[in-house]
Amino acid sequence: MGKTTPLYPQHLAAGGKIVDFAGWEMPLHYGSQLEEHHQVRRDAGVFDVSHMTVLDLSGERCQQFLRYLLANDVARLKTTGKALYSCLLNSQGGVIDDLIVYYRDSEHYRLVVNAATRDKDLAWITQQALPFEVTIRERDDLAMLAVQGPQARSKALVLCPAAMQEAVAELANFYGTWGPDDWFVARTGYTGEDGFEIMLPAAEAPALWEALLAAGVAPVGLGARDTLRLEAGMCLYGQDMDETTSPYAAGLAWTVAWTPEDRPFIGREALATDYLEGPQQVLSGLVLLEKGVLRGHQTVTIEGLGTGITTSGTFSPTLGVAIALARLPAGVGEQVTVRIRNRDVPARLVKPPFVRNGKALISL
Amino acid sequence: MSNVPTQLKYLQSHEWLRDEGDGSVTIGITDHAQALLGDLVFVELPELGNKLQAGHECAVVESVKSASDVYSPVSGEVIAINELLVDAPETVNTDPYGAGWLCRVRLSADNDLAGLLDATSYTALLAEESH
Repeated sequence: MGKTTPLYPQHLAAGGKIVDFAGWEMPLHYGSQLEEHHQVRRDAGVFDVSHMTVLDLSGERCQQFLRYLLANDVARLKTTGKALYSCLLNSQGGVIDDLIVYYRDSEHYRLVVNAATRDKDLAWITQQALPFEVTIRERDDLAMLAVQGPQARSKALVLCPAAMQEAVAELANFYGTWGPDDWFVARTGYTGEDGFEIMLPAAEAPALWEALLAAGVAPVGLGARDTLRLEAGMCLYGQDMDETTSPYAAGLAWTVAWTPEDRPFIGREALATDYLEGPQQVLSGLVLLEKGVLRGHQTVTIEGLGTGITTSGTFSPTLGVAIALARLPAGVGEQVTVRIRNRDVPARLVKPPFVRNGKALISL
Repeated sequence: MSNVPTQLKYLQSHEWLRDEGDGSVTIGITDHAQALLGDLVFVELPELGNKLQAGHECAVVESVKSASDVYSPVSGEVIAINELLVDAPETVNTDPYGAGWLCRVRLSADNDLAGLLDATSYTALLAEESH
């Protein structure tokens, strides 16, 4: 059996169908992946994301280190709790991982990186940190729950420690707050809905989970997590991008901070051509124009331009049509089709996200 | 424990067949199959008039997670398809032996319905598979 989070007994009690995810025993769903998806868009759902990796960095040169390590610029973070989404690049400009970094003060930052990339991220960050004498503390003593949906914040707020409730209630989008007793609550998420990601001591996580369920928050598994994030146009590392992909080919050019020009960061030189001349490949959204399901690794043909490939695809429960992210040649073409089994099915290019705050952003 | 109606015949690949007594049969996927697949979001049915071959793929059922081939238990011609599934594929999940039927086939001469599994044998197969 793989690793389990502190909430494993709760997953079993809620009827979770357990599958392996990156060496962890995680719930794929608790009965209906589609129902769980709808719950998050309409009300509130809770995800156990304790398998993700939380790193607390500290040191006098912490900011200097992160400005070198990350493609986005942490100097943009000046308020305690402010968050930044960034790619971690290798020197060829390929994406090692995508992550969120929270600013505590110039000598203390928190990074949250993916579960599947924990080992390589930790090795890379530790090695790069050596000349900066930054201390890296992995917070595997913490669990993490994401509560997402239009009712998520109001239901989760009252379950946070009393001393931090006011600060939590006032959190602006993409900000977090450190509370007593090692709690940290951030207004971030991976669903395109409002909500919180709550980090807390592992021993307290089961009680929070049960209190959330008692408040009517639905348990939501990894299956719905994937359909939600894809509707929200969010990338999944390992699927939409990997070390052979530049941020440009992953639709993440907006996360690369080119100014100030005198900030060297790992991968800067390698990306310069994409930046100056425009990238050869882009990531686009696709909507299938007939009934069917889009998946990853399907060939996309753009008349007059060439072929590309879908990276992630699904049937969108909220929209009722198939959607996908696809890596395509840059440029303007005509008719778009996707090869599904032995047919070329017509599709339409759209700019993601497909859904935000429960509403369709694309015309159907 | 999944539902296995006694009057139907079955394939190892979890399809069922109902003999309509008039030279045609109705086919679908079993309760066990729909539970494994999860919520279906798309069903690709054969076209009317298609000639099916026993043991060959005749339809595809897709859940969010995966696509699965449906194998025809018989050889023959497709004389009806369940249009309901175009807009309501989840019917296969909620009523796999009734409203979730996939298609109806007029049997060609060379079929051997007796060679298919009966309910007892299929149930035994399910019990073995779960070990």
